[in-house]
Amino acid sequence: MPKREDIQSVLVIGSGPIVIGQACEFDYSGTQACRVLRAEGFRVILVNSNPATIMTDPEFADATYVEPITPEFVEKIIAKERPDALLPTLGGQTALNTAVALHESGVLDKYEVELIGADFDAIQSGENREKFKEIVAKVAREHGLNAESARSLICHTMDECLAAAGELGYPLVVRPSFTMGGAGSGFAYDEDDLRRIAGAGLDASPTTEVLLEESILGWKEYELEVMRDKADNVVIVCSIENIDPMGVHTGDSVTVAPALTLTDREYQNMRDVAIAVIREVGVDTGGCNIQFAVDPRTGRMIVIEMNPRVSRSSALASKATGFPIAKIAAKLAIGYTLDEIPNDITKETPASFEPTLDYIVVKVPRFAFEKFRGADQTLTTHMKSVGEAMAIGRSFPEALQKALRSLEKKDSSFTWAGEVAPKEELLAACRTPHDGRLRTMQQAIRAGATAEELYEATSVDPWFLDQLFLLHEEAQAVAEAPELTAEVLERAKHLGFSDVQIGEIRGIDEARVRDLRHALGLRPVYNTVDTCAAEFAAKTPYLYSTYDEETEVPTGERQKVIILGSGPNRIGQGIEFDYACVHASFELSRAGFETVMVNCNPETVSTDYDTSDRLYFEPLTLEDVLEVVHAEQQTGPVAGVIVQLGGQTPLGLAQALKDAGVPVVGTSPESIHLAEERGAFGRVLAEAGLPAPKHGTALTVAEALEIAEEIGYPVLVRPSYVLGGAGMAIVYDEETLSTYMAAQEGGHPVLVDKFLDEAIEIDVDALYDGEELFLGGVMEHIEEAGIHSGDSACALPPITLGSADIKAIRAATEAIAAGVGVRGLLNVQYAMSAGILYVLEANPRASRTVPFVSKATGTPLAKAAARVMLGASIASLREEGMLPAEGDGGTLPLDASIAVKEAVLPFNRFRGVDIVLGPEMRSTGEVMGIDEFFGIAYAKSQAGAYGQLPTKGRAFVSVANRDKRAMIFPVKALADLGFEILATEGTAEVLRRNGVHAKIVRKHSEGTGPGGEPTSVQAILDGEVDLIVNTPFGSPGQSGPRLDGYEIRTAAVLRGIPCITTVSGLAAAAAGIQAIVRGDVGVRSLQEHAQALRG
Amino acid sequence: MLVLEDGRVFHGTSYGAEGETFGEMVFNTGMTGYQETLTDPSYHRQIVAMTAPHIGNTGVNDEDPESKRVWVAGYVVREPSRVVSNWRANRSLDDYLKEQGVVGIAIPGTRALTRHLRERGAMRAGIFSAPREPVEELVERVRRSPLMEGADLAREVATGETYVVPAIGAKRFTVAAVDLGIKGMTPHRMAERGCEVHVLPADATYEQIMAVEPDGVFFSNGPGDPATADVSALRQVLEARVPFFGICFGNQLFGRALGLSTYKLRYGHRGVNQPVQDVRTGKVEISAHNHGFAVEAPLDGPFETPYGPAEVSHVNLNDRCVEGLRLLDGRAFSVQYHPEAAAGPHDAAYLFDEFCEVMTRAKA
Repeated sequence: MPKREDIQSVLVIGSGPIVIGQACEFDYSGTQACRVLRAEGFRVILVNSNPATIMTDPEFADATYVEPITPEFVEKIIAKERPDALLPTLGGQTALNTAVALHESGVLDKYEVELIGADFDAIQSGENREKFKEIVAKVAREHGLNAESARSLICHTMDECLAAAGELGYPLVVRPSFTMGGAGSGFAYDEDDLRRIAGAGLDASPTTEVLLEESILGWKEYELEVMRDKADNVVIVCSIENIDPMGVHTGDSVTVAPALTLTDREYQNMRDVAIAVIREVGVDTGGCNIQFAVDPRTGRMIVIEMNPRVSRSSALASKATGFPIAKIAAKLAIGYTLDEIPNDITKETPASFEPTLDYIVVKVPRFAFEKFRGADQTLTTHMKSVGEAMAIGRSFPEALQKALRSLEKKDSSFTWAGEVAPKEELLAACRTPHDGRLRTMQQAIRAGATAEELYEATSVDPWFLDQLFLLHEEAQAVAEAPELTAEVLERAKHLGFSDVQIGEIRGIDEARVRDLRHALGLRPVYNTVDTCAAEFAAKTPYLYSTYDEETEVPTGERQKVIILGSGPNRIGQGIEFDYACVHASFELSRAGFETVMVNCNPETVSTDYDTSDRLYFEPLTLEDVLEVVHAEQQTGPVAGVIVQLGGQTPLGLAQALKDAGVPVVGTSPESIHLAEERGAFGRVLAEAGLPAPKHGTALTVAEALEIAEEIGYPVLVRPSYVLGGAGMAIVYDEETLSTYMAAQEGGHPVLVDKFLDEAIEIDVDALYDGEELFLGGVMEHIEEAGIHSGDSACALPPITLGSADIKAIRAATEAIAAGVGVRGLLNVQYAMSAGILYVLEANPRASRTVPFVSKATGTPLAKAAARVMLGASIASLREEGMLPAEGDGGTLPLDASIAVKEAVLPFNRFRGVDIVLGPEMRSTGEVMGIDEFFGIAYAKSQAGAYGQLPTKGRAFVSVANRDKRAMIFPVKALADLGFEILATEGTAEVLRRNGVHAKIVRKHSEGTGPGGEPTSVQAILDGEVDLIVNTPFGSPGQSGPRLDGYEIRTAAVLRGIPCITTVSGLAAAAAGIQAIVRGDVGVRSLQEHAQALRG
Repeated sequence: MLVLEDGRVFHGTSYGAEGETFGEMVFNTGMTGYQETLTDPSYHRQIVAMTAPHIGNTGVNDEDPESKRVWVAGYVVREPSRVVSNWRANRSLDDYLKEQGVVGIAIPGTRALTRHLRERGAMRAGIFSAPREPVEELVERVRRSPLMEGADLAREVATGETYVVPAIGAKRFTVAAVDLGIKGMTPHRMAERGCEVHVLPADATYEQIMAVEPDGVFFSNGPGDPATADVSALRQVLEARVPFFGICFGNQLFGRALGLSTYKLRYGHRGVNQPVQDVRTGKVEISAHNHGFAVEAPLDGPFETPYGPAEVSHVNLNDRCVEGLRLLDGRAFSVQYHPEAAAGPHDAAYLFDEFCEVMTRAKA
């Protein structure tokens, strides 16, 4: 049955900004889908508000809409484009929910759009827990299968919840319906827990529905990835086993593929149930995943849930097996059957088979709790990780150790160095699931814990526990060996020990271990991920290292470029860097190079096996990268290694790679050092005559006070040894500075900088080839200085800077590029204060904003940068047409569309964490709003990030004294638009004096009034407020207004009400609301924007 | 030490019993079901290498064996488990292999071995736990061990005495099952459907078969070269128009009875993920395989046989190999793969229902 001929155009919905539970795996799946659909000759219309995605590159669709993914905006796109079909199964829960809303409101019927991939009934049956339970029961009844659901009850009110608890008993699992990543779910051990969790869950569920369920804590947890075509052919692509037993969200669990502790009978029963369920649910053209729990004592199996769409696990399964689920799901959706689709890897066999693995895959989550002080760090059914790393090895220990070092986090790998804590303490810690629990367990083994004790504390399957003991025994053997012989090293490498770990155990450094190993001729080989355990020859070179017999790296004549990726997503280093790496790979391949990608993040497009000529799924540590470079050098000429595009991870390896004789192309490691080391960079600035804010370095409280006195408050303080804004604070007075300094670890210097309070911050991305500077884009921050650029909204082109300002920025950027010695991309952050342009910092690498700038200006900066690094000049790229023939991002016409970038913050995941923005980055993702007018662009950015801005209702305003003057005008604008203004006393007085009627609301600290008048926080919690404006006072730990603000913002997060925390943000919001109220907000594709720009 | 007949050697550590063993070197790509594989009589005289790295994790239980003993001649794994983790297990695989006297070896290079066999085809091999001779000598000894081509092995593995597997629930049919190396799950699948299964020795004559007054006759899987087997009893069954169903070796014998020839595959199909297409419906089944030989038959349409026109009913989508045969009147059919699974997916279990339907029609 070939492809459908009755459909000509397909609308694909992406997943929007990167948030916890929905990350770049949906860029991977959406990109695959778009490629397939276009290759099949369909007109592809795409909507995704996230500019950092590959899928929103204009060449992946015929019409690319970077617009908010809300039913309102998608309807506008449907009305304009009139697609024949809508494919909602590749954009996560966001796409699925939007499709459901469009179906329910009749929009799809009205415009005759057919849902493909999964129909409405299938989505309902898969997602609605009551229906799903019925399906499981039916499967058991009619097919005689051993399948059941956990005993549970659906509740719509708190009273129903309490009654259900009486029936089921505690502990209970609370799961809200229709939320993604398990948002709002948790364990209730008593009635207080139940009231709290179920209360929030009822609010979070779009259908005001929660499910209460018997506890299956500690059971084994499994997942199957299933695909089905319209001819009812079904295959299981992959089985996944969670090492963390039930109770930890699968996204936060360490997982392994294939499942390792099931007999064939148990596995086949699971497979039969999965197939029967997918048939019954009616997912008939696509992929889905289904989760199981197994009681380790009896084998009783419970079907937990299914997702009738491609998921994070699908991305993992695709990377783990080489079976491209999203690509095949797209082909099934347009009518093909599995047997008609060839297996990409073997080319000769069809996709209607089940991959078999002769290796083990381990996935480990990466968390960012250090960014969210005060958050509960216990792992629960509510996903909290921000990224993940995957590793492949020929054994579980090898894969596990590679995965742990792929996390690139201090203390993520197992260690046998240093003192070990007491056994009882470690065992107690193991009882609570936490980030790094496997390492705690490994330490407990060091401290003498037995397998029985560990099993009792964790319920982790004894087989996995034994693997930890195996590693421990090997570590002891390495420690006790009289010398590091080939035999000792070979055994350790076989079990995945890194040179660093071996060195640590032996008390020697990594380099010595490596030299010894190389002298003994011990190097890894590279095996192929081939879907078939070597039964057939693989045509696609997707490789992983292992200490085994034969290497499978193909030889070739072409010049090779090795691109180092960015590793697991984390806050500050995410999809934006993957975008740059992928672009470099596409472009260098086009330019005739053979491209080699190294990365370990399964969620990305870069780790798709057909993005580059060759893919190494490897940790990004020095050892692993050096071995890849060596393997490539053995099989052909290597032109160079690119470290500039994957963020801080590869950049940090630059010098060591160069020292090892590896050709690093682009900006040299010495130049990178010039920009990163403060003293050296200061000299570069001094030579160019560029001012930087006054600063100093302090070791003690007294020194800090002295420096602050000299340069004047406020000051920006940060420990000198951390990156990414960790531990940064803005300090306005002596007392706070003393407290901050006292809290620092002794002996570490603290950098004290003059903080330019009223400055406008500016971000610049530029290209430099040694001769010419190409200003990619100049972005003006919407919030004032002091907020990390990653968390700040910004506008491009800048909305308040004049041509003289741009000229100064261009000159300064060029001077820095030349002074540092940049070849490729450069990002500079400036602050403009009282007409003076200060240089805050420069990063000689691709920045987070490169994709945003590229999308907003229609210029492929990362591609151009890759070419410059390999020797092309900007002039030649202008000639080629890759860069505009004349002008650049600094000379955009006055009528150019305005793009606004807004950050998305994960505060709804970390209850109890203050949501105020500051110098430490905490956002997980971003959206772009683009329009002819700033107000509309800003409103779109808000709609994309947080949902539509309100256009009527009540606005609550409470601002710090320093903001009182600036807030009058925008609040008046809100009042003029018909908003009722509520304010705390001080704010209300100022407003009234300026002719804005404001009703006074009691402060939280004042408590409820004598007549029962609610406080601001109560009003928010009661849903009386539609928009909140609250700017923070003072610093953490203080009481009074500071604490009030904290309570207000926490309430805002709980109720999901838009909360603006800066005055400039308020001004932009007022402009946006005005624009929405005034008239029709239109949609325009990137292709149309580009055409307009070209005139 | 694992020594192949072409001189390639793999070093490793002893697993299971110590000693030496010879057999045809084959690989199995299943990720589950080692216990079923080990006890499958079709693996008689073969050294089996598992491509899945971790073997033995779930230990050994009393329910999953497919026969009363381990049949593989030798066992090659990568990472044998040190512990047992399963609620049904009662001993470790290592102990079980020792108890059954099965010589095994753990080597890192199971993938290299698989690639070697893929490129050069199945060949003989020997495992030597403590070799005293030089390698050249060992290779010579491997080369002197018997070949699989021309090997008549069914009688070595089949039952000597007839036994009966009673129907589960009400008895609907009597089946005469000729044991050529039958797996325990096969009569069980029939019994579940109301068949009383009389399992007969491999050399059962037509008269012995008919003596149980069967509603249908079944020929099982089994080891060895189908060219060595006597198909006269089967031909008489077909002449008598008694419903017939065959699996694996039984499929090859059915092919030979129809006048088709059989041949040795380069390296065979052994695993649980093979896509087989039902030619009639176009549906694809993920199926369990264990065969080194196959039937040569026209794929492009029906062909004439002494028992009426027949056709290829199932085809392997990986290599277009014949996976099933059927007389067009439907009374006799067979498949090359394993609908009884164990180990493997249950997608093809419907074939047992079809056998029952054929018997029902013949009874009417």
